[in-house]
Amino acid sequence: MNALGLIYGVIFWAATIAIVAGVAYKIRLYWTIPAPLKIPTMPAPRTKGGVVFRMFKEVAFFHSLFRSDKLLWLFAILFHYGLALVLIRHSRYFMEGMGGVLLFLQPFGKYAAFAMIIGLIALLARRFMIDRVRYISAPSDFLMLVLLLVIGISGALMTFVSHVDVTAVNSFFISLRTFNFSGWNLPGDPLVIFHLTAVAFLMIIFPISKLMHAPGVFFSPTRNQVDDSREKRHIAPWAAELDKQGVDYLHELKK
Amino acid sequence: MADYEIPKITGEDGIVDVPKIVKDTMVGSGPWISAPKFQKDMHFATEIEQSEDGKWTLIPNWKEAALEKMDDLRGRYRSLQLFLDICVKCGSCTDKCHYFIGTKDPKNMPVARQDLLRKVYRRYFTFAGKYFPKLVGATDLTEEVIDDWYNYYHQCSQCRRCSVFCPYGIDTAEISMAAREILNHIGRGQKYCTQIMGKVYTIGNNLGLPQRALEDTLEGLEEDVEEETGVKVAFPLDKKGAEVLLITPSADFFAEPHVDGLMGYAKVFHELELDWTLSSYASEGANFGMFIGSYENMRKIALRIRHAALDLGVKRIVFGECGHAWRVAYSFLNTLAGPFDFLDPKYPVPQHVLEITWPALQEGKLTIDKSLNDDMTLTFHDSCNIARGTNIGTEVGGQFDLPRNVIKAVCNNYVDMNQDAIKDVTFCCGGGGGILTDDLMEIRIKGAQPRMEALKEVTENNGVTHMAAICAICKSQFTKVIPYYGFSMDQIVSVHQLVSNAIVLKGQLTEEELEARDAAEEAERVAEMEARKKAAAEKKAAKDAAEKK
Ligand code: HEM
Ligand code: HEM
Ligand code: SF4
Ligand code: SF4
Ligand code: SF4
Repeated sequence: MNALGLIYGVIFWAATIAIVAGVAYKIRLYWTIPAPLKIPTMPAPRTKGGVVFRMFKEVAFFHSLFRSDKLLWLFAILFHYGLALVLIRHSRYFMEGMGGVLLFLQPFGKYAAFAMIIGLIALLARRFMIDRVRYISAPSDFLMLVLLLVIGISGALMTFVSHVDVTAVNSFFISLRTFNFSGWNLPGDPLVIFHLTAVAFLMIIFPISKLMHAPGVFFSPTRNQVDDSREKRHIAPWAAELDKQGVDYLHELKK
Repeated sequence: MADYEIPKITGEDGIVDVPKIVKDTMVGSGPWISAPKFQKDMHFATEIEQSEDGKWTLIPNWKEAALEKMDDLRGRYRSLQLFLDICVKCGSCTDKCHYFIGTKDPKNMPVARQDLLRKVYRRYFTFAGKYFPKLVGATDLTEEVIDDWYNYYHQCSQCRRCSVFCPYGIDTAEISMAAREILNHIGRGQKYCTQIMGKVYTIGNNLGLPQRALEDTLEGLEEDVEEETGVKVAFPLDKKGAEVLLITPSADFFAEPHVDGLMGYAKVFHELELDWTLSSYASEGANFGMFIGSYENMRKIALRIRHAALDLGVKRIVFGECGHAWRVAYSFLNTLAGPFDFLDPKYPVPQHVLEITWPALQEGKLTIDKSLNDDMTLTFHDSCNIARGTNIGTEVGGQFDLPRNVIKAVCNNYVDMNQDAIKDVTFCCGGGGGILTDDLMEIRIKGAQPRMEALKEVTENNGVTHMAAICAICKSQFTKVIPYYGFSMDQIVSVHQLVSNAIVLKGQLTEEELEARDAAEEAERVAEMEARKKAAAEKKAAKDAAEKK
């Protein structure tokens, strides 16, 4: 174990707990808060299968965004698909050896960094250039893109410019995962440290920021409800209580 | 006409170009505030006072009450909690709102409208907003913020066009309903809505038409139809044991062109020999509880329909032409006032009147003479609440097809407007969501611009003369605002008005027969007058003679 290894070991465990616990907390919220009324954006599918298909089109192809703004859609796809491939490629840092699919995706993951970075730069540029988008942007909206750019560019520098000891990073994260403290050694390469610091920060803010859109989209009642309001009675527990007690107003309910 | 700056329409491609933003074009004090007497009926906060200059105070502990209500709502509505959390500020929705397009005010961009609430949510309920408010654009809840809420949440017609284009389906209508519900509870109710709902509670409909007045009106309609056709078509009220209970917006009882639609439904029912009735207790289809985000009041109004159905012992419930009414009916009625297991399970509950008319037309049960509508070339305004909030029939997209099918079955000339202004991306008329009131005239006029542009294009290029609508508010809004854009009020028609024009009733008198009938009646009248005159003259002569004696 070296000092850097200890510090980053602790940071990454803390960040992991933050993201897992934070996201789990939010998902629990979204899961338990009822949608008291049927509000799918119509026309909506008439079956559960149809809803799965609708959601798939949204998550995989950003269908609504495509209908809205083709240029934004392009940037969004560049960034997100780039990100997805990069993350898939990153799985190699957490395991020993790789399966066929992962191995196959490695080279794509490598160049996906460019898609991701170009997408991010374009997204950032439109935040400055389009008056409507500038108006709705808070500092955090710019900084989120900057943070991802920092991660992406530092990563790309490691991959394409100044190579780092990937095996060392690999064994560090494996020993983090397995609590093998003697392996908590991190090479002191500034790019690695930079990359990892930014990543840890991203993980920590994930559950308390708009990044919750990733799990959140699945809970959106306008997209995940079936058009069957006349066939099936849909009622939230708090509203059913009004029926049960035969009163009109919530403040009249007996506890 | 008052002097507002009326947006220019060009008639070029039917779509208004996205404007550059111009800040604060629509700042203002919002609609008239609901006085305590109206608030009381709704169980909303009443401890407000009006000063000399007419300004209303908020309730004493308004800030705590507002935050408490926000917390309560986000625990009861997943939409609110989720939508406040997950917007990524991508801007996809920013150019989709007719009010933004018509006013250029950036606070009318859907995401900016949401942000009025979101910035307060962040300040008091999120980590980032509590500790780094500037960073995430969070702000304290102040009276200025409340004023902005009141103003800009009443510049949203809850039409949900924004939700179509948001990658997560974020529906600004949900946010503006929640905001209005918070306002209701701190003494900022909206007079137009609360007053109207009060009338439903005491009288049974938004217009405050009591049972007697309703009876008279319906009798008048019966006479009108008989006058025009020679056939006695019934408009029954409170008829126990009827098969169908018709729920329709109260505007259908007298406003133009709504009432022509009502005549259309009655004629269709007459031809199908349906035993139907209206109810004076539930003589309102449009449920304003939805607009103000009050589940409790919306449910209370919806339950009147259940009670009327039980009381009259009907087997089916059918709704007339109304967007909001149909959204509450199709999407919410089962939730609010169900289960409807006491009705005939063969029919969906509730049904739309088009679900009766269209199958009847398909099966040839109605005699139609399309040429009777040949003086018009039609287009159709998809009411946003119907288009994005409901379905009609059993197929996906029926809410677009059924009205068009019916129009085409009774008219020879039909043209659609620009694809980007109809069906699920239809533009609202500009008057929905509880803002159909004279104190909001400016936003109503400006919000109509996208629809007016689309209409202008088809009038110029395709010779369209009339636009059919299927919602009471759309009809009222259009008849009021289209003169500002150089059209005339009578260019707006009801869908069932077209049916009414073209339908030939069993036993209906032909033009000649009607003339002959009228001539005979006239002759009879003249003869009677003569006879009376003669009798009077004789009487006078006799009297004179008697006096002479
Ligand atoms: C289920 C997975 C996800 C889906 C469906 C999704 C979808 C979207 C969509 C549709 C947008 C709006 C378009 C745009 O601005 O790019 C967006 C924006 C964004 N997404 Fe995702 N996303 C997902 C996962 C992620 C993840 C894992 C991250 C980051 C770690 C991320 C980061 C972002 C950021 C930063 C933006 C805002 C871009 C901007 O500022 O313009 N997304 N996402
Ligand atoms: C614990 C998590 C992470 C570790 C240990 C890590 C480590 C690394 C390492 C060692 C490289 C250099 C690879 C090489 O030289 O071939 C790299 C590259 C890169 N990283 Fe990360 N990274 C992490 C998370 C992330 C995240 C969350 C993102 C994106 C948001 C990201 C984006 C990139 C990119 C774009 C590259 C360059 C392309 C590539 O080689 O895939 N990294 N990362
Ligand atoms: S619901 Fe309609 S009126 Fe309201 S913000 Fe969205 S587009 Fe505008
Ligand atoms: S489209 Fe949706 S996510 Fe994008 S800014 Fe609008 S509300 Fe937010
Ligand atoms: S009045 Fe018509 S167009 Fe306007 S909000 Fe209602 S349904 Fe939509």
